[in-house]
Amino acid sequence: MGEAIVVTSGKGGVGKTTTSANVGTVLALQGKKVCLVDTDIGLRNLDVVMGLENRIIYDLVDVAQGRCKLNQALVKDKRFECLSMLPAAQTTDKTAIKPAEMKKMVDELKSDFDYVIIDCPAGIERGFRNAVAGADHAIVVTTPEISSVRDADRIIGLLEQEKQITPPRLIINRIRQHLLKSGEMLEIDEIMNILAIDLLGIVVDDDGVISSSNKGEPIALNPSSKAAQAYRNIGRRILGETVPLMVLDEKNSFFHRFKSLLGMR
Amino acid sequence: MSATQPLITMKGRKDGLVLVMDEACAYRDLVRELKEKLAANTNLYKEGPVISVKIQAGNRYISAAQRDQLKEIIHSFDHLKVDDIQSNVITLEDIAKKKAQEKIVPIARIIRSGQVLSIEGDLLLIGDVNPGGTVSATGNIYIFGALRGVAAAGSADDRKSAVIVASIMKPTQLKIGQVISRNENNTIDEMKEDHLLECAYLDEKIGKIVIDRVHAALKKRNLSFALEKL
Repeated sequence: MGEAIVVTSGKGGVGKTTTSANVGTVLALQGKKVCLVDTDIGLRNLDVVMGLENRIIYDLVDVAQGRCKLNQALVKDKRFECLSMLPAAQTTDKTAIKPAEMKKMVDELKSDFDYVIIDCPAGIERGFRNAVAGADHAIVVTTPEISSVRDADRIIGLLEQEKQITPPRLIINRIRQHLLKSGEMLEIDEIMNILAIDLLGIVVDDDGVISSSNKGEPIALNPSSKAAQAYRNIGRRILGETVPLMVLDEKNSFFHRFKSLLGMR
Repeated sequence: MSATQPLITMKGRKDGLVLVMDEACAYRDLVRELKEKLAANTNLYKEGPVISVKIQAGNRYISAAQRDQLKEIIHSFDHLKVDDIQSNVITLEDIAKKKAQEKIVPIARIIRSGQVLSIEGDLLLIGDVNPGGTVSATGNIYIFGALRGVAAAGSADDRKSAVIVASIMKPTQLKIGQVISRNENNTIDEMKEDHLLECAYLDEKIGKIVIDRVHAALKKRNLSFALEKL
């Protein structure tokens, strides 16, 4: 029996879909059987980020309404044998499916996969309730902005009311190091102070994320990127390993040491 | 009890009339005698200034409707005004309400954005109130943690003596009784400063909510009263 993890944030555009795609990818890299579930009915994106759009035949709503079997709707990833995706429907909206139906589907997936990663839509309405219905664990994604932290706080409050979900864990996404240094961005400690939940990982803002998602290749596949390294760490933490947080300060790089030698800071 | 003994004894005092009512007779008889007595003595208070009337009901329960009736009878005479109706008896319901307002309710959790915690009595919160979260109490609010959201003390019946104490006082809005104060400063700067154990109270002289260190605020008369219960 596998585990179902919902990736949520409340606010849109903080990187839920990117996080889902990359967490799924790194878990698959570790040899786990993973299924990604897109619950953003009507505004599906996960298939595009994964580069699997053209393989979709059936979707989530087709399964819920009995037009096909669950297995028929699953899309196999082109890179990993052990990675699948259950796409959302694009032609209808969130009300096409009920939380109970969603839970039944996730339970069925859990018997076949080690991890079921559920990509939650923005908002706290029906789409959110669908996404959390079958989840055992939750990952809350936020960026170092006040509005995003506020929404994350709201979502954590709602997740705490879902009795079957373990305490949510936090990913702070799109950290920009130069803003952090100049003090114009919320610091990680401040965010942790307010949200007061466990930190699962921090991901730096990386231009590569945009280009790779446009190409339909999760950035986690490119080991030279810092964001990829962060996602790999997150994957290992989900598997239960203890991995220290990434050091954001680049002062130790050769170039910086050279500069500070010359007194240029 | 003999029939000659009056049910209502009228006493004249410097500050007005005092009506002492019999505790054991029927309320109906009491009303009748009140009307008779006031009518009989009407020449005493026909002219001159308004006389205040105090009613002492003793061990008799007087309901709100009865209170209104007594007031109506007395106010039908031009120069009389009811000042107070005293009774030694209150209902179980009222005492339960009163008790609920005096107890301290301890709660240990984080009040997150969008959550509302509303209690009767004094609130003792172990945990933070995050921005967007709201706590309200009919009495005082004591927060062992950071107050970054909205807090409303003395919410039920405009209690001006209520206070709000927090380990870290960074509220978006405070409300004591009916008075509201808000923070004009920028949110991001707010979160970087720390102030330890501060107390918000209503300064009635200026009609505004004032935030001060707890020991400084303690010197104020109203606060020392409020903190006694802790």
